[in-house]
Amino acid sequence: MSVECRDHLDCLSDYVDGELDPDLCAEIERHMAECGDCRIVVDTLRKTVSLYRNHGHEDVPEDAKARLYAVLKLDRRPDPRKGGR
Amino acid sequence: MSQRAEADLVAALKAGDQSAYAELVERHSPTIYNLALRMMNDREEAEEVLQETFLSAFRAVGRFEGRSQLSTWLYRIAYNAALMRLRKRPLPTTSIDEPIQNDEGDQIPRQLVDWTGRPDEILLTGELRSMLDSAAAALPETLRSVFTLRDIEGLSTAEAAEVLGLTETNVKVRLHRARLALRERLTNYFIPVEAGGAGQVGGAYVGRM
Repeated sequence: MSVECRDHLDCLSDYVDGELDPDLCAEIERHMAECGDCRIVVDTLRKTVSLYRNHGHEDVPEDAKARLYAVLKLDRRPDPRKGGR
Repeated sequence: MSQRAEADLVAALKAGDQSAYAELVERHSPTIYNLALRMMNDREEAEEVLQETFLSAFRAVGRFEGRSQLSTWLYRIAYNAALMRLRKRPLPTTSIDEPIQNDEGDQIPRQLVDWTGRPDEILLTGELRSMLDSAAAALPETLRSVFTLRDIEGLSTAEAAEVLGLTETNVKVRLHRARLALRERLTNYFIPVEAGGAGQVGGAYVGRM
């Protein structure tokens, strides 16, 4: 990676999140138009984030939920996402 | 059943309404469990942190002053409970993949191969899921908690900063480092170094089929 690439590196998460200052954003896009390496870093960074957003969350296991309610001495409410039980 | 507005929920909790306690658990246990799971890298301990968090919260809710959101208040209790457990562990959890940093603390990407077309094709195998887990587990704790709250649980930078007791700038810096390190790990997974880099068809997953 060139010095110019490294200069942009710190801004790439803000860029991917759409939170980068518009001037800096335009500068990065100008650079990416000519730099395949930075395009790859941005694309794979974006994909990394989306993979975790879509597949990183784990539901609380049903048995762990049951134990939680027992420890807290609470009655389970029907889960609206499952249409109630 | 519709959810109560936060102020109504707080009032009901303070009045000892059991359905309000249950609502609090339903609303917030998913994020608490995921934060604990990623911090502890252990399901049993994550479950214990989940239980401890609500036991502590139920005891303390009478003193909740509404200076932060209920969610932030709860996640902070959970974070502290997990942190306390991590500190009691005999050896510090260190990453086997500490990211490469230069003098300015930047992380220089080493892998410059595009694999963005690949992952979705292999989701059904479950292998991707376990690879995502092990890549996240290899992050240092200081990055894991930030990454979990921001990118897995979808908290804002401001919320994550409040939960973790960090500045927003610090949250952004840590999140960026976590993402770069994970990107590197994922690239190594999809396009292993020994496969020869750009243009190669195959990679770790295909190679193991």
